[in-house]
Amino acid sequence: MHVLAQEQLRLDAGPVDYVLLALYFAFVLGIGLLARRSVSSSLDFFLSGRSLPAWVTGLAFIAANLGAVEIIGMSANGAQYGMPTMHYFWVGAIPAMLFLGVVMMPFYYGSKVRSVPEFMLRRFGKPAHLVNAISFAVAQLLIAGVNLFLLASIVNVLLGWPLWVSVIIAALIVLSYTGLGGLSAAIYNEVLQFFVIVAALLPLTIVGMIKVGGWSGLVDKVSTQYGANELSAWPGNELTGFGSNFLSVLGIVFGLGFVLAFGYWTTNFVEVQRAMASKSMSAAQRTPIIGAFPKMLIPFLVIIPGMIAGASVQEMMVFKQTGEGNVEYNDALLLLMRDLLPNGILGIALAGLLASFMAGMAANLSSFNTVFTYDIWQAYIVRDRPDSYYLNMGRWVTVGSTVIAIGTAFIASGYSNLMDYLQQLFSLFNAPLFATFILGMFWKRMTPAAGWSGLVFGTFASLSVFLMAENEVLDLPGQGASFVGAGAAFVVDILVSVVVSLATRPKPAAELVGLVYGLTPKEERTASNTGEDAGWYRRPALLAGIVLVIVIILNIVFG
Amino acid sequence: MSASNENGSRSGQRAGVFDVRQVIAALFVLYGLICTLMGLFGTSSQEIDQAAGININLWSGIGMLIFAGSFILWGWLRPIVVPTDSESESS
Repeated sequence: MHVLAQEQLRLDAGPVDYVLLALYFAFVLGIGLLARRSVSSSLDFFLSGRSLPAWVTGLAFIAANLGAVEIIGMSANGAQYGMPTMHYFWVGAIPAMLFLGVVMMPFYYGSKVRSVPEFMLRRFGKPAHLVNAISFAVAQLLIAGVNLFLLASIVNVLLGWPLWVSVIIAALIVLSYTGLGGLSAAIYNEVLQFFVIVAALLPLTIVGMIKVGGWSGLVDKVSTQYGANELSAWPGNELTGFGSNFLSVLGIVFGLGFVLAFGYWTTNFVEVQRAMASKSMSAAQRTPIIGAFPKMLIPFLVIIPGMIAGASVQEMMVFKQTGEGNVEYNDALLLLMRDLLPNGILGIALAGLLASFMAGMAANLSSFNTVFTYDIWQAYIVRDRPDSYYLNMGRWVTVGSTVIAIGTAFIASGYSNLMDYLQQLFSLFNAPLFATFILGMFWKRMTPAAGWSGLVFGTFASLSVFLMAENEVLDLPGQGASFVGAGAAFVVDILVSVVVSLATRPKPAAELVGLVYGLTPKEERTASNTGEDAGWYRRPALLAGIVLVIVIILNIVFG
Repeated sequence: MSASNENGSRSGQRAGVFDVRQVIAALFVLYGLICTLMGLFGTSSQEIDQAAGININLWSGIGMLIFAGSFILWGWLRPIVVPTDSESESS
């Protein structure tokens, strides 16, 4: 994402807007202080003592992902591509989230591991664990820096504060609440942030819709200016860059919907950690499923405003038709805010944007903390200390990682393209992970050697596709290259894992109980449905079925 | 499990300390009040024209107050219950 620096984006925020913004920050810090009271052990700090109700972890699950890339990036895609952007939500997230809840969560939660890399350690041993823990930790630090930089650059453009002032203030705020209250503070704030983000985007969408003359007005404007392709989600050729409709649909379903999405949602500890913090197996399973309900509806608050901006904001229309002017698609949401919102609600919109960026960064820091302390420090460097040592350690790791994130933010401010590449590289690394996990969970014969070699070769495969697309050996504009790369990583990872497994010695079955499907007794992987987990509306599989039906209906209506 | 204890709740003690629902409701009461007041007294007709003829401050303010009210009601109807260890297993 580029550095926004245009005078024309400056919002004239008034005193009321600053009051609203200040109130929000006061609440964020207050939650940090309140959550601190409940922290007395390292498990409290890193996993909220596994005590949170499912609606809290479910909303946090979604809010942790509702960062800068999602809000600014997806509204930009909405302005550029229109309805096909919906695939990032309905195909690229929902099925994977349901799968995580119904199929994989029993192993994550049931095995009582404290992180996703720790699952790797118990299933595949040290080499796979180290690869996973280190790559995850590095990625989180860099992404936290990117989030911080984006936050600061938005504040810089909208309010005119110098970049470094907003970088440091934002970092200090995130540091104080994650350092004080650990994961609980991060999660409770994510829930608050979720509602503030909705309170910011909903009025914007409603006013925007009325401005363009309702749904039919938007349809009219988009189809006369840019053609009807942008109004239906399928087949989405513009988005994938495939000429053929069949390949485009296949790319979306297999590349985006299966490999990329499953890799991200089911193995990314930032997300899984929120579910691990919940208070029972049933609540852990429900976390991503409850999160799926808002996730289905968020595109209406993000993509639709993007489309409205593309069809009604003067600078955006000129840019889209001629490619000229000094705005970019990333500015779509901000331009719409500037044009429509009066002081008052404008302050809430600002709070919502900052909330979203801070949610992203706090999620990165809190998951980095856990992985660094448990999976790197406790596992390899300083072992067998009392719990208080690791709790204290976690607080200092938060301070250290914030300082590093500030550093990364300043690097990002100089090389915004570099950060784009880095993020892409990490997404490449995510693709083969899912293959290793799913094979390891269902095939008890899979060996430790297969665990790390599948990951390494799978990453190599996606990297090759990425490089070929960069050097134009493969001709895939749009998002097609990353879909193909992810598909290649998945296939190579499975092939290598199977071949290596057949040639090496598996772990004894007794060590795999609770980690592999066939070796875990049914009672151990079934959630209870009594007490606080009773009632049909608390049954994970039924809830997942309801979500699936709604998503199919949405695809038909907006397809 | 005893039918009720001193606090009048059924299966344990009310956690009076920290309920995130009340924190969220508090923020939205403040937000709702500020926006409603802005909508009533602080929004010029020019700003209303700019927002497609809607007094969006007023409507969002009312919306946020209703939302905050529903969270307060939810917290009141279903308070957080901390299970008291000695008796929770026995029923």
